[in-house]
Amino acid sequence: MLHSKRAGNQTVVFKQPPVILAGYNVVGPKEGQGPLKDTFDMVLKDSYAHEKTWEKTEMKMLETSMKRAAAKANVPLDSVDYNLAGDLLNQIISSNYAARQIGLPFIGLYGACSTMALSTALGAMLIDGGFASKVLCSASSHHETAERQYRFPNEQGNQRAMYAQWTVTGAGSILLADQGEGPKITSATIGRILDYGETDTNNMGAAMAPAVADTILNHFQDLSRQPDYYDMIITGDLGMVGFQLLLEVLKRSGLRLSNNFSDCGVMIYSSEQDTHAGGSGCGCSAVVLTGHLLNKLKSRELQKILFVGSGSLHSSVSSQQGESMPAIGHAVSIEMN
Amino acid sequence: MLNNILPAFLVGGLLCVAGQLLMDLTKAKITPAHVLVGYVTGGVILGGLGLYEPLVRIGGAGATVPLSGFGYTLVKGAIEGAQSGGILGVLAGGVQTGATGIAVAVLFGYLTAIVFNPKG
Repeated sequence: MLHSKRAGNQTVVFKQPPVILAGYNVVGPKEGQGPLKDTFDMVLKDSYAHEKTWEKTEMKMLETSMKRAAAKANVPLDSVDYNLAGDLLNQIISSNYAARQIGLPFIGLYGACSTMALSTALGAMLIDGGFASKVLCSASSHHETAERQYRFPNEQGNQRAMYAQWTVTGAGSILLADQGEGPKITSATIGRILDYGETDTNNMGAAMAPAVADTILNHFQDLSRQPDYYDMIITGDLGMVGFQLLLEVLKRSGLRLSNNFSDCGVMIYSSEQDTHAGGSGCGCSAVVLTGHLLNKLKSRELQKILFVGSGSLHSSVSSQQGESMPAIGHAVSIEMN
Repeated sequence: MLNNILPAFLVGGLLCVAGQLLMDLTKAKITPAHVLVGYVTGGVILGGLGLYEPLVRIGGAGATVPLSGFGYTLVKGAIEGAQSGGILGVLAGGVQTGATGIAVAVLFGYLTAIVFNPKG
């Protein structure tokens, strides 16, 4: 059967669910002071970490997380079949340059802040499709590199809107394998782009909430599940504003909401850290997945989670020209058993 | 001295508060750059209409140091230039009175660019 692994319109269900053998993350100093500080493998002392530019720092963080995720899983790097990664910078340079150091067959991805969910979903498809037995899936972002590209030069010290989110400095990688012990990727729902016309790039949460809601609703419909199937449904980085909007949209769509919804962007910083609406950036969901979530899964505090990456797919050019922000959400279900 | 400082503080402070409120009470699309250009333009218009002069008389440096003061200086020079040199005086006059501010901006901009290495 050609479509035997497909369920409904947008979901794939893995026949032999790929296993997350290990995850590794590197974060910046601000993240290392946040509520999840104990779940990070490496915390940088400052935003440069001995590199000449912030871009080099981000590449180094990503390279480190790729190498150490493989090492943590006791997998020699040269036995990995594919290296999947993405980031926020133009032409995804952080991933390209990190992959240059790794030397594995590389697939560069751009899903903005949904990249960790996207790379995980695609990695699982490669493995369950029989095209690979081990895949590295990664994503990274850096506060200063993202600010420079999307908003203003850091030196300008621009004031931020209260509903704006703070780009996370962080890189996270997981090593997926066709066999072994660990949490399994059981299904994935690839999102479609939704654009409700938000043009204020400070308000990414509002731009992303409808797309994330759409993916979650399709996931439940495709698999005939309800939210209470999962111990936790965790969205990527909607932030305080977007997360409230998501709950509102889901409620109005008639979904029976349980209190197991959560958001990486809301969790990563405390309110004393003055980040306004919470965290964002590819690194946000990447470091929460590879740290907090994997720990909880391994300790079996969580048995089943739905990890939904959320991305706003605008560019600095499109926003300067007044275009609205197309957004996307990708969902991956991760289960222990 | 207090007679100078207090009015300067009040006038300059109020001008800055207005700029801050422009950013806080509007959508984030109004950036500091918009406020900057708006203040220079506003200073030119108010100065041209003779409405900025009283502020300078009350506030002194409190009115001339903020960016609106630069607009006021430009238009003041242009008007004086027009009286002495006609149409060409309009163009030259603004730059003549603004020369100190412009030269300082060029000098310090140059020095900063030499000393620091901006990376983003």
